[in-house]
Amino acid sequence: MQITSPAFKQNARIALQDASLQKALGNLKAGFPVKRAQALERLPEFDALRDEARDLKNHILENLDLYLEQFESKVQQQGGHVHWCRSSDDACKTILDICKQVDARTVTKGKSMVSEEINLNEYLEKNGVTPVETDLGEYILQLRGDHPSHIIAPAIHLNLEDVSEAFHQHHHRPKSDDPAVLMREAREVLREQFVAADVGITGANFLVAETGSTLIVTNEGNGDLTQTLPKTHIVVTSIEKVVPTLEDMTLFLRLLARSATGQEFTVYNTLSSGPRREDDPDGPENFHVVLVDNGRSDMLGGDFQDMLRCIRCSACMNHCPVYGAVGGHSYGWVYPGPMGSVLTPQMVGIDQAALLPNASTFCGKCESVCPVRIPLPKLMRHWRDREFEQYLSPKAVRYGIGGWAFLAKRPALYRWLSLGANLALRLLGGKKGRIHRLPLGAGWTDGRDMPAPSGKTFMQQWQAQQKTQQKMQQEHSL
Amino acid sequence: MPYAERSPQVALFVTCLVDMFRPEIGFASISLLQQAGCSVEVPERQTCCGQPAFNSGDRSSTRDIARQTIEAFDGYEFVVGPSGSCIGMLHHYPELFETDDPWHARALDLKARAFEITSFLVDVLQFRGVQSDFNGQISYHDSCAGLRELGIKTQPRALLSQVAGLQLNEMDESETCCGFGGTFCVKYPDISNRMVENKTANTAATGAGTLVGGDLGCLLNMAGKLKRQGHDIQTRHVVEILAGQNSLAAIGEAQARQPATAASPYDLAKQL
Repeated sequence: MQITSPAFKQNARIALQDASLQKALGNLKAGFPVKRAQALERLPEFDALRDEARDLKNHILENLDLYLEQFESKVQQQGGHVHWCRSSDDACKTILDICKQVDARTVTKGKSMVSEEINLNEYLEKNGVTPVETDLGEYILQLRGDHPSHIIAPAIHLNLEDVSEAFHQHHHRPKSDDPAVLMREAREVLREQFVAADVGITGANFLVAETGSTLIVTNEGNGDLTQTLPKTHIVVTSIEKVVPTLEDMTLFLRLLARSATGQEFTVYNTLSSGPRREDDPDGPENFHVVLVDNGRSDMLGGDFQDMLRCIRCSACMNHCPVYGAVGGHSYGWVYPGPMGSVLTPQMVGIDQAALLPNASTFCGKCESVCPVRIPLPKLMRHWRDREFEQYLSPKAVRYGIGGWAFLAKRPALYRWLSLGANLALRLLGGKKGRIHRLPLGAGWTDGRDMPAPSGKTFMQQWQAQQKTQQKMQQEHSL
Repeated sequence: MPYAERSPQVALFVTCLVDMFRPEIGFASISLLQQAGCSVEVPERQTCCGQPAFNSGDRSSTRDIARQTIEAFDGYEFVVGPSGSCIGMLHHYPELFETDDPWHARALDLKARAFEITSFLVDVLQFRGVQSDFNGQISYHDSCAGLRELGIKTQPRALLSQVAGLQLNEMDESETCCGFGGTFCVKYPDISNRMVENKTANTAATGAGTLVGGDLGCLLNMAGKLKRQGHDIQTRHVVEILAGQNSLAAIGEAQARQPATAASPYDLAKQL
């Protein structure tokens, strides 16, 4: 997908004026965060589980090679194949090769953000293989030629009318505004695709090292049909998804659905352990796991390792007031919101994505809801450090901060200049006590007034008071 | 021995915004701390905590400002400020220095002594002697840094509950950011503006006549929006209410509301 992160400000401005998008974002705010809060009330040990999950993830990341190798050998023992892919291109080529081996013409797909990250659909289409998204949200987006704006609710930016219109155009059936009718329509169309597909591609929420299993969680069951009906099942996933044991997996599952949608558990939790055995009633004949690195191993041992704890629950974006105002597409790449503001610069370069880690007030809400306690503001600040070190920050910021720091280190000069600034602002404030248009401060005063200083600076008044007191004391003692 | 019985020595961290825009908050802080039995000093070499540089990625300037601030507050038993955001920044100082750097230990020492004022009064001094009254309804905005970096939520409410006549109407999403965010409000004015619009709508919905908070940055932002939207809601810092300074003009309002004896800033400006 085309990166538009450098145009974040413009994207955001357009998003803020898009009434339909704003309506959809309002639904998000009224939905997931409320349900999450209710789910947490029913789980008093939630915070203790978060600590456990953080510690376990840290342990996994410190031993990532061992667990991945264990996972690989288990998968192989069960008759499956594991492919290690350093880059997006490697991963796409590997998947296309598997498709070609089985002469695939269509593939069905479960929802996978990693496949978005590596731009898989476009690659397959270019090479003669037709991918069909089967997650309802992803399916709607595919019909519209659109991209996900959220990682678990990819079509959250759309309203019912948008879906109705897209179905009407592509299914050539009478238009309906009834969600149940639309759902049935999608199901009927997709059923044929599930049966016709030569290959099914899914992502994975977790990889279990001890059993060589991959797990997907869905609420629609489309993932199960994707991975059991075609002859070949390809799991495309990233390296940090591995967990040591099934029991460890359940720890994360307790946190995942609650943090994401406020469900106690996702409706379908499906494990795949290799191709079908002889006496299995169903399942694929070929089972492939495509392990994508794409910059992740570079994060190990560095400032951004904590980000690899992410289990893609989306709680950070569901609660982020910036995401809630501008939506996911404004961020301009695959991963939006606070988690995307840390991941995107890693994957596309800070020179392309510097505006993202800056688009945060550091209010800290994202960190406070993260089920694996990723210090997201701190990680965004690390990117700002890199941006500054590489002289990528806008000149106004560099000079502004530099000038301010110069003064802050020189109290006497600072004090003297603050008197002038204080006076100037008071004059601008006039009798109303507030500034309607601030020269050089239009960013502030376009939308709100700037309260003018209510008097001389504190230090000026305090020092005058101290002098008067001293004088009075001296006079008194005379 | 309880702190209050031995007159703890407090250095007031005024903060650059209070110094420049709202000196009343500084004086109210001194008055409250004195009521709580503290002896208060205002170290002259203090300037800004360095947060703008820290959040803009300028580590080297941040370290310089941190050293300057650590020295300015050297030797005081406590450092107390009317801002969760700025005190939160002092708590970040240790991470600026390598652990074997002598400044790291000094930063840790400052962190241990530095408190936001409502937290200091309630958590350290167990102060329960608020003497003011306020006839009206207020709503409280929980500023992000104080709330999430320092755990300030119950402390201002505990103090406000001692104010005679005051009624607190909690707003929806009191813990949601107002969109100030230091340089964020000028770097992303459109988004910031949308966030503060949500805040003023939630404030207005409570029917309270006064919006109260603990951080001047947020208060300037929200007061500016309330006034631009033509709301009649006043905005005040929590220490002003607690110190009983309710007759002063609210933030962003004309000084004419002051008693006739006090000069308007316009007149003050003419005097300077």
